[in-house]
Amino acid sequence: MTEVALYRLRDLRKSHGSTFMLHVLQLDVRHGEVLGLLGPTGSGKSTLLRLLAGLENSTGGETCFDNSPSVSTDLPLATRRRITLVHQRPILLAGSVRLNVEYGLRLRGCRDRTQKIEEVLDRLGLNKIASQSAQTLSGGQVQLVALARALVIEPDVLLLDEPTAHLDPAHVAQAEETICQIRQERPMTVVWATHNLFQARRVADRTALLLNGQLVEVARTEKFFTNPSDPRTADFVQGQMVY
Amino acid sequence: MALFAADIWSILWLSLRVSGTAVLISSFIGIPCGVWLGLSRHRGKRLLSAVIHTGMAFPPVVVGLVLYILLSRSGPFAFLGWMFTTEAMIAAQTTLALPFVIGITMSSVAAVPTELPEQIRTLGASERQCRWTILREARHGVFLAVAAAFGRSISEVGAVLIIGGNIQGHTRVLTTAIVLETGKGNFEFALALGGALLLMALLVNLVIVRLQGSRFPA
Repeated sequence: MTEVALYRLRDLRKSHGSTFMLHVLQLDVRHGEVLGLLGPTGSGKSTLLRLLAGLENSTGGETCFDNSPSVSTDLPLATRRRITLVHQRPILLAGSVRLNVEYGLRLRGCRDRTQKIEEVLDRLGLNKIASQSAQTLSGGQVQLVALARALVIEPDVLLLDEPTAHLDPAHVAQAEETICQIRQERPMTVVWATHNLFQARRVADRTALLLNGQLVEVARTEKFFTNPSDPRTADFVQGQMVY
Repeated sequence: MALFAADIWSILWLSLRVSGTAVLISSFIGIPCGVWLGLSRHRGKRLLSAVIHTGMAFPPVVVGLVLYILLSRSGPFAFLGWMFTTEAMIAAQTTLALPFVIGITMSSVAAVPTELPEQIRTLGASERQCRWTILREARHGVFLAVAAAFGRSISEVGAVLIIGGNIQGHTRVLTTAIVLETGKGNFEFALALGGALLLMALLVNLVIVRLQGSRFPA
């Protein structure tokens, strides 16, 4: 991880009509870090991830990515292919698990697909269901396949929106371990939105708290949990109702 | 009997050629239009949908009549010289089949989960790849659209009778031949033609069902 910012967010605002959704005064996402995004339901985590992925346009401010102009829905394909988002409720394509995992590589015209696919299937324990129809999977399996299809394309930026919400503890550990291993092998910036305080503490280099669409605090994970600057963060990490 | 068989083959082949060409043209135009309409969120979509669905109920004789006026010697498209030709019959059947292809494709594409397009975009799909993937996901409906268009074309009689003239060996297709033979009291021949029509529809639909179940690259 470096101190160089990959994303630079300044006075970023998002609203739908008159409904306020998000305001981030200042936030940098650094090259190669895992930034944990904490916050209750409706706090703006998914909105922030969608803005970072270029799925939505902001209504004000700017989101610079890798020194290029503001991220928007008009991102060039080459830039868009460096970023991927694992959605909270993934939708898989009709066909086998393998076909779904292969999809992103096929889009890129990658010829040497087999090894990459087998590797990611193996890492996430999906080999046994590789030929199974994606329509017959459980919610947890769907999340694992969605994670696999994102990891196989080796993105520079991995945006995760509650990627382990439907997984049992063993698979949560497997997913976390896989992402950590991949980060050790090659640089990858991860923004990981989660409700789970323990998960943020386990995986994130820095952690941010969003409340009611406002960025409350961002700090190194250890400091965030042990010595937060903002009293609302302290209340949140202690499990007190602050929203 | 030899004449009987030769007639059937000639009529069968012409029916297949006219309806097949009409379905190909309407699919070529209608599938992209249906995908675009199914994915678009513009204001006029409801009105456009209503117009397309109305087109599905378009009476063939009215289509035949309008084309007759347009293509006849005093019509604006007389210069084409299509009156009483297979080209005019193809134009009539394309007009009748097109709303089926657009309407059913549109509904099938609209039935694909709305989150899917943006999820595949985040995996790196270009706009063209995105449309292809959605079309692939909606393929059962798209094949249904093609099957419905073929059914509409092959079974249609009013428009081709008006515009084609039912000329033996030239514009006589299965449906117009059945009408003629029934009028002449040749029920045996008319029934044989009816059987051939059903058999051809069955064979074409078997091919479509086979394609429906095929694997297509994502």
